Amino acid sequence: MGEAVIQVEGLFKSYGTVEALRGVSFSVEEGEVFGLLGPNGAGKTTAVEILEGMRTPDRGLARVCGMDPEKSGREFKEQIGAVLQSTSLPDKIRVKEAIELFAQFYRRRANTDDLLRRFQLDEKRTAFYSQLSGGQKQRLALAMALVNEPRVVFLDEPTAGLDPQVRREIYDIIEELKRGKKTVLMTTHYIEEAERLCDRVAIVDQGRVIALGTPRELKHRSAGTTRIEVRLAKPMVDGALAHLDGVADWREFDGTYVMHSTRAPQTIVALVKQLEAESNELQSLEMFSPSLEDIFIELTGRRLRD
Amino acid sequence: MRHTWTLTKVRMRLAIRNKAFFFFSLIMPLIFLFGALSMFARGANAWVGYVLGAVLTTTVMGSFWGLSVQLVTFREQGILRRFRLAPVGAGPMLASSILSNYFMTLPTVVIEMVICRWAFHMRSWGNVWAIFVLVTFGSAAFSAFGLIVASVTNTMQETQMINNLIWTGFLFLSGATIPLAIFPAWLQRVSLFMPATYLATGLESAATNLASRGEMTTDVLALALGIFVAFEISRRLFRWEPEARVPRSAKLWVLATMIPFLIFGTYENVRGSRLSRIQQDYRILSMRSMAAQGPQDHSGDRSGER
Repeated sequence: MGEAVIQVEGLFKSYGTVEALRGVSFSVEEGEVFGLLGPNGAGKTTAVEILEGMRTPDRGLARVCGMDPEKSGREFKEQIGAVLQSTSLPDKIRVKEAIELFAQFYRRRANTDDLLRRFQLDEKRTAFYSQLSGGQKQRLALAMALVNEPRVVFLDEPTAGLDPQVRREIYDIIEELKRGKKTVLMTTHYIEEAERLCDRVAIVDQGRVIALGTPRELKHRSAGTTRIEVRLAKPMVDGALAHLDGVADWREFDGTYVMHSTRAPQTIVALVKQLEAESNELQSLEMFSPSLEDIFIELTGRRLRD
Repeated sequence: MRHTWTLTKVRMRLAIRNKAFFFFSLIMPLIFLFGALSMFARGANAWVGYVLGAVLTTTVMGSFWGLSVQLVTFREQGILRRFRLAPVGAGPMLASSILSNYFMTLPTVVIEMVICRWAFHMRSWGNVWAIFVLVTFGSAAFSAFGLIVASVTNTMQETQMINNLIWTGFLFLSGATIPLAIFPAWLQRVSLFMPATYLATGLESAATNLASRGEMTTDVLALALGIFVAFEISRRLFRWEPEARVPRSAKLWVLATMIPFLIFGTYENVRGSRLSRIQQDYRILSMRSMAAQGPQDHSGDRSGER
């Protein structure tokens, strides 16, 4: 085991009557990319913002590089870089100016031109912030998070709202951070992002960590099962799916029936027979190999995107 | 201090790129200057200095609007949040906005003086040193008053409502638009509790060369105390987060900003000399104006005294 750079124990935080965090605990080791995966409102951003020193927990322990984020001030800020869920800058600030401005606040500074090149912003160096596309703004936010060559990088939903091409570009950047042995704590609600980028993942729901491990370990829970999603012309007779051959569990989400099967071919044959018996029709059928989504469904009875 | 200067330079660049800033800080004051001169000083150059003093006052007081709106905009847009992640405090953020605003106000002040002297044949440049000192302290004081409004209001709508109320008082109860000397006696006494009165009467006296060192000292002292109190309160109440709400009790802190002016207002009311000087100066200017139009009695002229 390496050294824990981020340590969170029994973190609680409420906003009025809403409990955003209900005893969250995890730790992140040096050089690790750690993901907080969960649906919107799960408490991921609250946890990250407490670790960035931007929010005060009601109780519990939060330490980054051995420091209390809320009380450590300048020394703490020198150690971290962060991309907020949504970054805003003045419309009329130029790309290079923004990077240089933030670099000047720190003792340790990365080379501005290097950052511009690395984040493919070289051609946009004199462009105003208001002239940038969503992807360029996010790349700038990432560049600004690295102006001080931080030890720990927080990325809060770094690809949310971006198109797939830009998302892949951001993945490349995060993979570069990973190769550079930066400690990264990122939040996401994209399964593929967590599976591709994270060394370890904590699945968060309703303010609690409900599962924690490497993507491989987590998926192992659903090992040997296949997720089958079907849409039907008419609703299924209650409980009929549970009795199909090979079905381990099933749930219905907005008209889509989701089954986990240990013997997919037999389940499909049985399903077709059942539909014929009910004079029902199959509108669509999709099969998926196990993913973190299945763990989430198994543990919460809901889908991540709900 | 280094951070303050870094931010000041960037803020000045942003202001230069902002068309609205040009309109409100240069075009509008000049429209106001030409309007006021053509109404009150046409063919009577004795009044040009007085009008200049009044227009300089409104130019300098414009900082009040500019800074409060800018700070609330930055907060509402989440721009301040990004700065919060960096090792920079509320002090440099606020001080840089005051400084950049001051540097950006100076050219307008110079242009207004040049126009009055060369195009409207103002008798002299006035007491340039006194004008410089009053513009400096006035700009900082009204900027700080703007920041305190931004610190205790939660939305732009609330900011604009409170600004309008205060601004109306600044404009019409200080002598910046209507000469104090023609106010009813009770209203003149009330005006001595207004921060704007010290700037307006000071600049009007300085521009007409009728300022005494004692009055100037009082004006500058009142403004300096106002700066200190307003800056410190707005620094303490500074909020980085768009959703952070200021408690109602904190709004009472605004009243603390008035303490220096309550003290100076009481002092000037008891002493009574400032109001009599204001009336005397007004009579002198009236007589100078009449003298310029034909042979008049010069017995009331105290220009030789100063």
